[in-house]
This record gives sequence, C-alpha cells and structure tokens, in this order.
Amino acid sequence: MKCIRLGTRSASRGNFNQILAPLLFIAPAFLIFLWFIIVPAFQGLRMSFMDYGFFSESAFVGLDNFSRLMSDKVFWITVKNTIYYSLITVLLLTIFSLFSGLLLHDNALKGVKIFRASMYIPSLLSMITVGIAWRFILGDQMGIVNYLLRTFGHDGIQWLTSRKTAMSCVIFVSIWAQTGYYMVIMLSGLQAIPHELYEAAKIDGANSYKAFWHITLPLLKSTVLAVMVLATIASFKAYELISVMTQGGPGYSTKLIVQQIYQVAFTEDRLGYASSMSIVLMIIIGLFTLLQFRIVGSEYDYE
Amino acid sequence: MIMNNRKTFKILHYALLVILTAFFLFPVLWVVLSSFKPQSELFQIPIKILPQQWTFENYIEAMSRGDFVRYFSNSLFVAVTATIITVLISIMAGYGFSKYFFIGRDFLFMVMLATLMIPLQVIMVPIFLQLKASGLLNTLWGIIIPPSATPTGIFLARQYMATLPNSMIEAARIDGAGESRIFFHIILPLSKPIIATITIFSFMWRWNDYLWPLIVILDDKKQTIQQALANFVGQLQINWSQLLAMTTVAILPVIIIFLVFQKYFMTGISSGAVKG
Repeated sequence: MKCIRLGTRSASRGNFNQILAPLLFIAPAFLIFLWFIIVPAFQGLRMSFMDYGFFSESAFVGLDNFSRLMSDKVFWITVKNTIYYSLITVLLLTIFSLFSGLLLHDNALKGVKIFRASMYIPSLLSMITVGIAWRFILGDQMGIVNYLLRTFGHDGIQWLTSRKTAMSCVIFVSIWAQTGYYMVIMLSGLQAIPHELYEAAKIDGANSYKAFWHITLPLLKSTVLAVMVLATIASFKAYELISVMTQGGPGYSTKLIVQQIYQVAFTEDRLGYASSMSIVLMIIIGLFTLLQFRIVGSEYDYE
Repeated sequence: MIMNNRKTFKILHYALLVILTAFFLFPVLWVVLSSFKPQSELFQIPIKILPQQWTFENYIEAMSRGDFVRYFSNSLFVAVTATIITVLISIMAGYGFSKYFFIGRDFLFMVMLATLMIPLQVIMVPIFLQLKASGLLNTLWGIIIPPSATPTGIFLARQYMATLPNSMIEAARIDGAGESRIFFHIILPLSKPIIATITIFSFMWRWNDYLWPLIVILDDKKQTIQQALANFVGQLQINWSQLLAMTTVAILPVIIIFLVFQKYFMTGISSGAVKG
C-alpha cells in the first residue's frame, strides 16, 4: 500500500517536471540560435534595405543597394570568380576523393590504415596553416618548386603573384587540403555497398571494370551527390585560404564573394550595401543546403 | 598470365598509394623539417631536405616573443572552454529532443537544423552589431559563446540518444529520480562515445577557426594563434624561420588529437559531423 502511494506521488511530480525538463534542456541551444543566428539574419535582411555605417547616418533606401549591386563590376567579378573557383574545385575534389576512396576501399590491403590517415592529415590543418605551408613551397625566389624548376633550366614561375596562375594555385591547394575529408565520406559510402553484390557479379562473369560501372557507381550515387553539395557550400564560404595566399590579388583575380563582403563592410564602412551582397550569397548557399537535405533524405528512403 | 596481371595490378596500386601519400604528406613534413633548420640554412642552395644542423633556435625565438605564448593560450582557452560548453549544450538538447515529447518539438528541431543555411559568412555584418549590443565584442567569450550551439552537434547527440532504451529512464523515474538526476547520473555516463566525437570535432574546429575571431576581436592582445599567423604572413618582410616554427606549434595539437583518437574521426565524419 505504502509503495503504491509513493509511486503515484512521484509520478504526478514527474509529470510536471517532464513538461518543464525538455524545455530547460533545449533552452540554451535555442536561445543561442535565436540571439546569434535568427535575429542577426533578420537584422541583415533589414540592413540590406538601408544605408548603414558606424560613422554615418542610417536611413532606409528601399531597393537602392540591390540596384547598385546590379551594376557593381567588382561584385560581379567576385561572383564570377567564386563560381569558377567552386565549379573547378568541386569537380576535381569529387573525382580525386572518389579515386582515392576506391584505392583505399579494401580493408584487407596491407597498411591501408596508415595510407588513409596520411591522406586525411591535410584536412586536420587550419586553412591559415595550409596557406602558409604552400606560400613557403610556391615562393617566387626561395620556394622549393621554383628551385626545382631552376635546376632544370626553367626561370621559375610567379605562382601566386601572376594573374595567369594565382587562381589555379588557390584551387590546387584547396583540393590538397580537402581531398582527405571527402575521401572519408566516399569510403563510408563504398563500405556500405554489400559485398555479396560483387561476388554475384563475379560469378556472372563481370570484370572489375564492369562491376565499377554497374554496381559501385549507381549505389554510390547519393554519396557522390552529397560530397558535391557539401563541397559546393564550402567553396562558396571560402575565405581563409585566399586571405593568406593572395589577399584576392593580383588585381581582383582571386577575390571571392566573402572577401568582398568583408571589405565593403569592415574596411569601407558600408554595412547596408555589404548586407545586400550577403543576401545574394545566402540565397545561393541556402539553395544548395536545401539540395543537401533532399539528397541525404533520399538516401534514408533508399535504405 | 592471370597471376601476372594481378601482380602488376597490385604493384601499380601500391605505387599510386605511395605517390598520393607523398603528395599529401610532403608539404606538412617540409614545413616541420624546415622549422628545425638554422636561419642560414633555410634558403641555402642547393636545398637539402633534412636540416644539416638541427636546431630549436626558431622555436626559442618564437616563444621568447611574449605575444606568441599569449596567442597560444588564448586559442587554448577558447578551444577548451567552447568545447565544454558545446558538448553540454548538444547533449542536453539532444536528450530533450529524443526522450521527451512536447508540442512543437519536431518543428523546433527543424528550425535548428535550418540554421545550417545561414553560416557566419552570410551574417557577419549583423553578427558584429549583435555582439556589440551584447557586450561580447572584443572578448574571448564573444568567440566562445555564439558558435557553441551547433546544429550538427545537436543532430549527432539526438541520433545517439535515440538508441538508449526508454525503459531505463522510466525505471529511474519509478525509483523516484528527478529529471536532472537522470540526466547527470544515467544519460551523461552512457553518452561517452558521442561526447568523445563532439569533443574532438569541436576542439579541432575551434582551434583552427579564423573567421569568428577575426570578426569578434579588435585588440591585438586577444587574438588567437590563427589570427597571429595570418597577420605574420601578411607582413612585407616575413621571418620564415620563426613563422614555420609557429606554424608547427599551431599544427601540433590537432595532429596529436588525431593520432590518439583516430577511430572517432572516421565514424564522426561518416555520420555527418561536418565543421560548424
């Protein structure tokens, strides 16, 4: 009797706590999201319709910022650069990470863990340290690459300070830095393909080339898509590597959108105008993130 | 013939792997090795891969610049504190979302996931104003607190918590345990694997992060190590010997963590633990 009484009492106390508890558990996360993402996002939207600066009067200007944006040559150069950077980086990253994933797919391969770990190491480094490492390697006078070129009688190339090569170098380095990360995602996709499928194909007389095109690729489709979308989002957010390697130069040749937003906002004190650029960037990133949700979602359906 | 084919295939396979590994490792090794060369040897011609005369001179010089030690400890403070807060926030929210039912739960969860669409790069202008209004501008807490709630951390925690049996929680309630007691004494100890994953990714991200500190910190003394490195490389005359030593010191913590906790990396990435 006593037991039951105690039981009901704790249950009713529990009921009240069970309503309050989850709200308290979620509160810290929710308040931070609200205060530091959702509110600023709306504030940014509002500012994009304003002239806004630390050292100037703020006023609503309607769509002025956006119409000025339409004819802003520098902005469109950075958009073009970002799209170019993104397309090439994503394409090459996908191919390289798939290729290295395939090379490292076999768990029975001797030393496979060491190979995997070594390939992953560049992904551990901050983009700042990556940029420093490659500036050291690609240096005009003292870099080891030009040193090697000179020993073969070539004059050496101004890798990061010439318009012809700067962007390619940045793309190359960003691929070096990220391949390991996407390789791991490819690997997890590859490992999820049931082994029996390959055995069945072998019995049916398919060679490994055929097995790749008819089993691996179709079943890896959602992983490849996920890698492409993730890499696209990352490339539209790129900032750090360029700020160390080229500062956007020479000229505007490696300047990306985020660099331009940062400069217009914090160096030129045109916060409203920078906000309107951010809106354009957000639309691009938002669309790709939605795409990512759909792909990951369809992957769950498939399983 | 077939045997032969297989053998050449295998040799080719290994050759490719060795080339790829060299490609990915050489730049890192080159920085580390060069940081042990005396200044006179750094740009000596012909270039030697290994230092002819190993020296700690560059490290001692870098360390004796008081500011470098300060940047290092700023980074350490930010990364450690932020990671503790991130783990707590993620585990709490993950628990709240997976083991309770309340009206609007799934909607709130979707709202949190949707904030992935608004990365810092997009809101850096209004964030700056918001930090100023909150009194967090130019403080280390301004780097720590705003990004400490991450959609991916909460998502991972929720996925993990969903696998813990409900019967255990109910049994504890019948025994008279309060909700917070259940959380701290049952759920937290059972969540060690996911805590480890979130800890590692959070620490790495915070240690390596550059854009948040760049926006928050205005005062030289409060900079993180990544900011310091970026400033150093932005100078007209770069002291490469010192810079390479500093870079090696900045790389060291993440490499050590990776080597110790390798298994968490592979599982973490494949379950969607992306940066941010």
